[in-house]
Amino acid sequence: MNSRHLRFAAIAIALSLLATLPFWVGNAYYINIASQILFWAIFALALNVLVGYAGLVSLGHAGLFGVAGYTAALLLQAGYGHGTAILLALVAALAAAAAFAVLALRSTGIGFLMITLALGQILWGIAYRWVSLTNGDNGVVLHGRPAPFGVSLATPSAFYYTTLVVFVFAILSMVVFTRSPFGASVCGTRDQPRRMSALGYHVWLIRFIAFLFSGFWTGVAGLLFIYYNQFISPQVVALQTSAEVLLMVISGGTATLLGPITGAVIVVIMKNVVSAYVERWNLVLGVIFVAIITFMPEGLVPGSMRLWRLGWRALTNRRTNVLKSLPEPPA
Amino acid sequence: MSALSVNALCKSFGGLRVARSVSLNVEPGERRLIIGPNGAGKTTLFHLIAGELSPDSGSVTLFDRDITRLPSRKRAHLGMARTYQIITLFSRDTILHNVILALLGLSPLRWNPLVDLKGQHDLTERAHDALARVGLSHIAGRPLAETSYGERRRAEIAMALAQNPKVLLLDEPFAGLSIDERRGVRELLAAIPREVTIVMIEHDMDTALDLANRITLLHFGEVIVEGTRAEVVNDPRTREVYLGE
Repeated sequence: MNSRHLRFAAIAIALSLLATLPFWVGNAYYINIASQILFWAIFALALNVLVGYAGLVSLGHAGLFGVAGYTAALLLQAGYGHGTAILLALVAALAAAAAFAVLALRSTGIGFLMITLALGQILWGIAYRWVSLTNGDNGVVLHGRPAPFGVSLATPSAFYYTTLVVFVFAILSMVVFTRSPFGASVCGTRDQPRRMSALGYHVWLIRFIAFLFSGFWTGVAGLLFIYYNQFISPQVVALQTSAEVLLMVISGGTATLLGPITGAVIVVIMKNVVSAYVERWNLVLGVIFVAIITFMPEGLVPGSMRLWRLGWRALTNRRTNVLKSLPEPPA
Repeated sequence: MSALSVNALCKSFGGLRVARSVSLNVEPGERRLIIGPNGAGKTTLFHLIAGELSPDSGSVTLFDRDITRLPSRKRAHLGMARTYQIITLFSRDTILHNVILALLGLSPLRWNPLVDLKGQHDLTERAHDALARVGLSHIAGRPLAETSYGERRRAEIAMALAQNPKVLLLDEPFAGLSIDERRGVRELLAAIPREVTIVMIEHDMDTALDLANRITLLHFGEVIVEGTRAEVVNDPRTREVYLGE
């Protein structure tokens, strides 16, 4: 069995487990946790497009997440249907991503990070202080989830399966994106922007489009978040959300598909499950992050793969040495 | 019609004048060598020609087309390719992927987010051809991080040649190479067809002088001497610049 077969087998097992999760988990609480992991993973994957593939670290993505959430919530509150609210929320998230990109792409590195941080804080300020629009700290409440094709998403299982379908689409779009010529162009602008320009690439435009792609999936994650919680408040748009998702990406491993998902699993489980048993769960999360960065600075997924390769090589070398040490068979 | 024409180009960084009314005309197919001591402004002149720096005044034309205000990416599309003094390649990728990126840079395919790059066999074949020209096809799949300095130099030249340039700017192509590697790169450059005009900065006179049709000596951002090899070598100003006589 070669590595390609192994990969297909792993994907098939993962999909089977995810598809049957409500049956073997049984408990509605854990089904909801799984839904949360999936939409936070979509958010982390979206941020990873910028952080991992484009080399642009954003600390303002919670703003885009919130724009989609607030737009949908306010439109639904104003009496619009779910279809219109979802569509306009995604348009708003894309428009906000375009505005963010135009302003932030004037710089790279720490400059880019600071501009996105500032823009995210402006959106948080609007959500918090523009009370007549956003209801301030009290937030906006949603009444009910949509029922596409007559299927109500009110139950944890139905919502989980909807989130799973969106998650699979997100993963597929990321796979196609990263393997495409455009994906290679994005990675090129991360590694050698000056060289890319000399080779004929429009570096700014490539980064802009990557930002829009990232903003779109952040908006999708924001919509799933608001439909899951049926409530949105300024806390969602705050810096802490951006930082948490950035930690998901970095701890799991940037520029990988499994890394941000692993990061989302760790953070969501720590927040929801471990916090029930350990009062200072934030401390535990911090220790985990420090341990990951210390022992696997490239992130949990690439780091584990490195250790696996080292272990496998050591094992095969040992086996070869044992075989060599055996006496020659008599002629 | 000149392949490349630089007219009264000036550039200053604050109070430091790094290009003082530099002018040069390079004919199609010519091999022009630009020499000068460290700090003469040779690489800055390359940055100005390639569009990585904007001049304060003066103009640059490529086959009689004014490109002074064009960004470097547009100059690449008009047939200008370059290598760097400090090799700038994509170290996480293989040599083959580096050359594919060079080919992709001039192809509309670079905007396509839907097809698989590995499935673009035409692109891969062309990249292999470019690597064969520089003698690297046998290690095409090797990660760049596992290659020698000389192989990287060759890879950089392969990337430039893959773009079928009309004008090729080579910034110290022999820098950091061993004697054998220099010989190899020299043969490689000598084999480039005359349809490609070459402008080259080089300190290694023994290797580079044979390749050049004409030589331009730059000093403190100014063209001091220009002419054939014999004219430049015999000019007392050349000796003054290099030996301080």
